[in-house]
Amino acid sequence: MNESSPLRALPTAPSEQVPLPSFTALFITFATISLYGFGGVLAWSRRMMVEERGWLTPEQFNELYALCSMLPGGNILNFSVIFGSRFRGPIGALVAIAGLLGPPMLLIMIVGAIYAHYGDVPAFRRMLTGVASAAAGLMMATVAKMARPLFNGRSVAVPLVAIITFVAIGIMQWPLPLVLAVIVPVSIGIAWVRL
Amino acid sequence: MKSGAGTLLTLAGFFAVLSLFSVGGGNSAVPEMHRYAVDVQHWLTDQQFADTFALAQLTPGPNLIIVALVGFHVAGVLGGVVAMLAMCGPTGVAAYFVGRASERFRGKMWHSAISRGLVPVTIGLTAASATVIATTADYGWTAGAVTVVTAVTCYFARINPIWVFAGAAALGLAGLV
Repeated sequence: MNESSPLRALPTAPSEQVPLPSFTALFITFATISLYGFGGVLAWSRRMMVEERGWLTPEQFNELYALCSMLPGGNILNFSVIFGSRFRGPIGALVAIAGLLGPPMLLIMIVGAIYAHYGDVPAFRRMLTGVASAAAGLMMATVAKMARPLFNGRSVAVPLVAIITFVAIGIMQWPLPLVLAVIVPVSIGIAWVRL
Repeated sequence: MKSGAGTLLTLAGFFAVLSLFSVGGGNSAVPEMHRYAVDVQHWLTDQQFADTFALAQLTPGPNLIIVALVGFHVAGVLGGVVAMLAMCGPTGVAAYFVGRASERFRGKMWHSAISRGLVPVTIGLTAASATVIATTADYGWTAGAVTVVTAVTCYFARINPIWVFAGAAALGLAGLV
C-alpha cells in the first residue's frame, strides 16, 4: 500500500505537469465514490482521491476534508464543490456535485418506493442491520487511516485534541456547538505555536 | 402523501435553514430533522423516521441523502428533488466561495494554523460519528463482531469494501446478525 504519493497533483496550484482531470473524469470519479459509498462517502472519497487516483496526498486530503467539515452542509458535498472548482472552476464544481448527487438521488427514490411495499419484511430488516454494522466498521477503518499522520510522535497535543473531541462528542455526547467553541480555538492555537 | 406548492415551499424553506446549521457533517442535522418532520409537521411517524435513517445509511451516496428520502415521503419525486436542492444549494455556494478565499490566503501563517488546527478536531468528530452509527438500531454482539471484523479488514487489507458489505448483507439475510 503506497499512500505517500508524491505531490503530483496539488489541487491548489494546477500547473503544466499536473494532469487536470477532465469533466468526464470528475463526474465519473464522484459518481463512483457515491455509488460505492455505503454508510457514507468518506471512506470511498479517501480511497479514490488518495489511494487510487493519487489526486491528493493523505495530508492534503485531511486538510481539505477538515475545511469542508467545518463549513455548514454535507462534508463530501462541500468537498466535491471545492475540489471541482480548484481543478476546473465553477463548472467543475457543478459537474462534481452532479456526479455525487445524481445517481444516489435516483437510487434513494427507488429504495423509498421499495420500502413502502416491503418495509415490514423481517429478512429485509435483518439485512439492513448487517450492512449498517459493516458500514460502521468501514468508517472506523477510514478514521484510523486518517489519524495515522497525527500519531507520528512529533506532537502529543495534536493527537490529544482528536481524542478529546472524540470522547466529548462520541462518548459524553456533549452539545456539538459548545465542544467546537472550546476545542477549535485551542487546536488552532496549538497549530499556530507549532508553525 | 401531500403535495402542492405550499408543501414544497415548506420543505424548501425548512431544509435551506437546516443546512446552514449542519456543521460537522450531515448526521449532525438528524436530531433537528427528526424534531421538525415527526413532532412539528407529522410528516412521518417515529418508526418511519428511524427506518428512513437506516435506509439512507444503507443506500450508497452521501448520508445527507436522507433529506431526499424525507422529501420523497412527503411530496413524491418532486419533493425529494426540492428538499435536496434546498439542502445543498446555499451551502454549496458558501463552500465555493470559502474554497476560493482559502486558496487566495494560502501561505499566510494564520491560514496554515487554521487549516492544520481543524484536522485533529475533524478526525475526532468523524470517529464519534462512527460510534454513533454503531450504536443506533438493534445492535447485539453479532452485529458488533461484524463491525470489528470490517474495521480490521478494511484497515489492513486493500479489499474492496463492497465484498464486506455483501457478506454482511448475506449474514443478515441468513438471520445471523
